[in-house]
Amino acid sequence: MLSQASAETYYQSYAVVLAVLAAGVLLVGVAFLAARLIAPHRPLPAKLTTYECGIDPVGQGWSQSQVRYYIYGFLFVIFDVEAVFLFPWARIFERLGYQAVVEMGIFIGILAVGLLYAWRKGVLKWV
Amino acid sequence: MGWLDWMLLLARIVLTFFMLLFALVIVIWLERKFIADMQTRPGPLRAGPRGVLITLADGMKLFFKESFVPTLADRPVYLIAPILAVVPAFLAFSVIPWGTHVTLFGREIPFQIADLNIGILWVLAMTSMTVYAVVLAGWSSGSNYPLLGSVRSSAQMISYEVGMGLALISVLMFTGHLKMSEIVAGQGGYYWGFVPRWNFIPQFPAFLLYLIAGLAETNRPPFDLPEAESELVAGFHTEYSGWRFAMLYLGEYLNTITVAAIATTLFLGGWRGPHPSFLPWLWPIAWFALKILVIFYVYVWIRGTMPRIRYDRLMAFGWKLLIPLGLFWVLATGTIVLLPGLYGSRGRLVAVGLIVGIGMLLLLAADVLERPRSRSREGASP
Repeated sequence: MLSQASAETYYQSYAVVLAVLAAGVLLVGVAFLAARLIAPHRPLPAKLTTYECGIDPVGQGWSQSQVRYYIYGFLFVIFDVEAVFLFPWARIFERLGYQAVVEMGIFIGILAVGLLYAWRKGVLKWV
Repeated sequence: MGWLDWMLLLARIVLTFFMLLFALVIVIWLERKFIADMQTRPGPLRAGPRGVLITLADGMKLFFKESFVPTLADRPVYLIAPILAVVPAFLAFSVIPWGTHVTLFGREIPFQIADLNIGILWVLAMTSMTVYAVVLAGWSSGSNYPLLGSVRSSAQMISYEVGMGLALISVLMFTGHLKMSEIVAGQGGYYWGFVPRWNFIPQFPAFLLYLIAGLAETNRPPFDLPEAESELVAGFHTEYSGWRFAMLYLGEYLNTITVAAIATTLFLGGWRGPHPSFLPWLWPIAWFALKILVIFYVYVWIRGTMPRIRYDRLMAFGWKLLIPLGLFWVLATGTIVLLPGLYGSRGRLVAVGLIVGIGMLLLLAADVLERPRSRSREGASP
């Protein structure tokens, strides 16, 4: 449990981070204002078309892309959730003793088998 | 907190922002000079002495240029993306101690904006926000090249984020602290009386893993596929111009500095270093800057040496080498931390080091052995 004093510093440190967030947004805001004041603004239809190397652009610009990227997204979710489990464990595993390391080894092993499966299936191979 | 505390806090935030932007100006100029030196050409010369003001001149020029929104762009997302590139970089830097502290008005003022109790996690969360900036900028431009660049880079960045997370977890296991100030505090003292007790010695694989993943996370060469100017015009920021492009560029370099600063804090002892007794607050800052510059120089060196890596090799490198290595190293760190406690002798530690070394040699051997076999299989199948 947090004591009264440590709870106060706890919330204070997050208030400070909020202040940094505000300062960052303010910096972008100042940049926006400065650009508003000094940059020219003359939109022309030809200027506003999508970039293409010297010819008129074809299509709407949202083309299909390969499904492979999506598979990497899936793999990432598996290993990111693993990181979610690893972080709290890594904080206290010294107190839990060697059993905790062995258990985590089994957990990582199961996930590694998943990676190995994806590997053998050729998912990681780019054709 | 009284009004004086809030004023001091504000001063600290403003000072950190100013230092970061100043570092940015210097670092971009240094990169151009280093690269020019490697390619035997003079590099920027005209703006200021030895061209040191070139970044400032470039930045000013961008503010005088028109920043228009293409007709096909998804307007709100297109406008938000540059903000997402800059603000998380500042937020990530806010937990990094870039000096000790100075005593002003009877208060100890640390050179660190916020010492969050979840330091490492915060850094991981904020540096991964960069993915949103790249993906949203590319997707919302309504153009083919940015879209390709962003889809590509989203897969790249999330892949290397896993490796980065594993490196950070092994540091957390080794030091037992999430707080940045405690991690730096834990790196005081010396091994055998003269080698500084910095984490990069016992955690060398994690250090390498972090540096490589950091390169990929900040889209620096040889992992600069999101931009890949020879194939994708300018990648995810093709359709950006004027001050919005300046923001994306700023975010990219801020992230590079942040990654170097995190590597310094976690692995190179942060602001620690021997220094004379006068001006005790100044030397740690100088040490911190020097260590960041060393890491940055290595990054520029890599840029000057390596060609851009092909996409399939990039993903294979990340998933088939870095992530298994990271998983292995997490377990090895667990063993290294626990075994001396179980057996209580230093000899065991050396034994564990040997086992770990053998394990890594095995990994490398497995990789080498696998290569020709998979190639012949590819050749055999139609």
